[in-house]
Amino acid sequence: MSDLPQILSVLGDGLPDTILATLGGIVLTVVLAFGAGLLLLSPRTWVRGITRVYVEGFRGTSEVVQLFWIYFVLPVIVGYQLVPLVAGIAVLGLNHGAYGAEIVRGAIRSVPRAQYEGAVALNLSPAQRMRRVILPQALVEILPPLNNLFIQLLKSTAVLALITVPEVTRQAREVLIPNFGDDTFLIFGVVFVIYLVLAAAITLVMRLLERWAAGRLGRRPVKADPLEAV
Amino acid sequence: MIVFDGVEKRFGSTVVLRDLDFTVAPGEHVTLIGPSGSGKTTILRLLMTLEKVNAGSITVGGDSLSHAPNEKALSAVRRRIGMVFQQFNLFPNMTVRGNLVEGPTRVLGLSKDEADSRAADLLELVGLADRIDAHPTQLSGGQQQRVAIARALAMRPSVLLLDEVTSALDPELVAGVLALLRDLGETTDITFLCVTHEMGFARDFSHRVMMFDGGRVIEDAPPERLFTAPEHERTQTFLQAVLRH
Amino acid sequence: MPLWDWDYAFSILPDLLLALVTTIEITVLGSVVALLLGLVFAVIRRARIPVLDQILWAFIEIVRSTPLLVQVFFLFFALPRLGITLSAFVIGVVGLGVHYATYTSEVYRAGIDAVPKGQWEAAAALSLPRSRVWTGVVLPQAIPRVLPALGNYVISMFKEVPLLLAIGVVEVVNAGREIGSATFRYVEPYTIAGVLFLLLSYPASLLVRRLERRSVRT
Repeated sequence: MSDLPQILSVLGDGLPDTILATLGGIVLTVVLAFGAGLLLLSPRTWVRGITRVYVEGFRGTSEVVQLFWIYFVLPVIVGYQLVPLVAGIAVLGLNHGAYGAEIVRGAIRSVPRAQYEGAVALNLSPAQRMRRVILPQALVEILPPLNNLFIQLLKSTAVLALITVPEVTRQAREVLIPNFGDDTFLIFGVVFVIYLVLAAAITLVMRLLERWAAGRLGRRPVKADPLEAV
Repeated sequence: MIVFDGVEKRFGSTVVLRDLDFTVAPGEHVTLIGPSGSGKTTILRLLMTLEKVNAGSITVGGDSLSHAPNEKALSAVRRRIGMVFQQFNLFPNMTVRGNLVEGPTRVLGLSKDEADSRAADLLELVGLADRIDAHPTQLSGGQQQRVAIARALAMRPSVLLLDEVTSALDPELVAGVLALLRDLGETTDITFLCVTHEMGFARDFSHRVMMFDGGRVIEDAPPERLFTAPEHERTQTFLQAVLRH
Repeated sequence: MPLWDWDYAFSILPDLLLALVTTIEITVLGSVVALLLGLVFAVIRRARIPVLDQILWAFIEIVRSTPLLVQVFFLFFALPRLGITLSAFVIGVVGLGVHYATYTSEVYRAGIDAVPKGQWEAAAALSLPRSRVWTGVVLPQAIPRVLPALGNYVISMFKEVPLLLAIGVVEVVNAGREIGSATFRYVEPYTIAGVLFLLLSYPASLLVRRLERRSVRT
C-alpha cells in the first residue's frame, strides 16, 4: 500500500494517451459510422459495394492484425511511418467505425417508411429529409448501442500497448510489474478502477445524449438490446 | 375439499383479497364471476402456489397448502390440483405426446408406456387422438386448449382450476371446449373451480356461483338463484352488463 | 526490393497455418468455457440469492467493462504469486473464456427472460421439479432464440485470440511476428495473417446472419 502514490503516478502518466486514443478513436468512429452507414444506403450499387468491402473487411479481421498491419506494413508500402498513437487511433476508428456503420444503417432503416414519405410530401430535399426527419429519429436507436461500442473502443485502447503506445496498460505492464512485483494485485486493482471510471464517464455522457435525443422527439430514452452482439 | 380461511392477499399496497372465507366440497363445481381485478384469478393462482398468502390459510383435502411443513408435503398437496390457462401454455418444444407424458413420467413416476397409454386415452377423450405427434403450433386454439385440458387430466387431479379457458379462443371454437368441460363435469368427480365470462356455461355447469367484487365474496348461491334473482345490487348491475352481450 | 514476394509468402504459409491451428484450438476451448460458464452465471443470477447475486453482478460488470488484455496480464502475473503456475495457453483460454462468459451470460438472460411467463406457470401447474423446468421447458425455448448472438461472440473471440501474443502464446499473429523478425519482411506474414482471419470469420458471420434470419421467421 505504501507504493500506492508511485503506482498512481506511473499509471497517471499513461492516462493522457488512453484518453487521447479513446477520444480520437470515438471521433473517427462517429465520422466513419455515419459516413459509411449512409453510404451503405446509397442507391448506387458500386458505392454500397465498396463501403461493404470496408465494413466486412474491418469487422472480419482481428484488431491486433489491423494494428500491426498499419504500424508495421503500411510504412513499407507508402514509405510513411505513423506515430504509434496515431496508428492506434486510426485502427480504433476504422475498426469501430465499421461496426458503427451497421448500427447507423440499421437505425436509419428502422425509421418507419411513413416518415420518409411524409418528408417527401413536404417537398424536402434528400439532405433535408435526412437531417431534419430521419436522422433525429434514428439517433434514438443509435445512441444506446453506440454507448456499448464506445466502451468497446475504450477497452481496445489497451491493445495499443502492443505497439509501444505508453497508455495505462503499457505503463502497468512495462513499468510497474517489473519494479513493483509485490504489489501486483494492487496495481491491477487500480488499473481496473481506472477503466471502470472511464467507462462510467462514457456511459454518463451517452445517457445525457440519449435523453437529449429522445427529448427532441418528445420521448423517453430507449434501452440497448443485450442480444445485439457488436 | 378446499377451505379458504381468512385469506388476505396484497400486491404492494393494493389489497386484492381481504378476509376471504369459503369452502368447496369434494366434487363441487364452483364458478367465480365478477369484474376484472376483483381477485378471482388471484384465488386460482394462490391455489396453484403461483402466489403466496399474506394472511390466513388454505387447505386442500385436509392438508395445508399455504403452510405446508416442507417442500415435499407442499408438493404432495399441490399435485392434487391441476390448472388450465387462458393462453393454453403448451410447451412448444415438445409434441402433444411430449406435453402429455411430461408430468406423469417426471412427477408421478409412471413408466413411459403407462404414460403413453394414459396420453392416448385422454386424447381420445378430448377428440384429438390422431394429433398425438403434432406440434402445438400446428393446432388451432381450440385444439391446443383441449390438449391443455388433457395434459392437466393426465395428472389425475382431484381439483381442476379453469382460468378463463375460452377467453382467448375464436368464438366458433369456444363451444367445443365448453362441451368437453361439461362432459368432464358429468363423468368425473373432480372438484372444479372456474373463472369465466361465459355465463351460459356457468349456469349449466356449476353447482354454485360466487360473485366477487373488491376482493370480497358479494354473493354465493346456486346458479338458478343467482342468475334469475340476484340479491345484491352489485351482482345485479354486473349481470345486467355482462348478459347484455 | 519487391513489395510482395510470392515465393516467400508460400514458404511461410505452412508455419502460419500451423499457428492458426493453435488460434482455432484456443477459440474452441475458450468458447466451451464461455458458453457453459455464461449459462451457469445466467441461471444463478436468476435464482436471486441475496449475497451471491450482488457479488456475481459486480464480477460480471467489472470483467465486462475492463480490457481483456489487462485481465490476461492479471492472470499471467498474479496467479504465480498465488502459487498457481499455468501455461500461457491455458491462461489464454481461461482469460478469454471467463471474459466472454460475462457477455454470453447477458445473452442467455435475455433469452430466458423472453420465455413467456405462462410457460413457467404451466410447468409449476404440473408440479415439475425445478431442474426439469429448466432443462425440459425453459432452456429448450431460450437457447435457440439466442444462438445467433452466441455465434457472433464466438467469432469475436476468434478475432481476439491474437491478444494472447502479449503473454507469449504462439498464435498466428505471433508466428507472423517471429517469422518477420527473422527476415525483416513483415508485409507477407501480417497480410497473410489478416487474410486467414477474414477467410474464416467472414463465412462464419454469414452463417450466423442466416441463422438470425431463420430464427426471426419462426
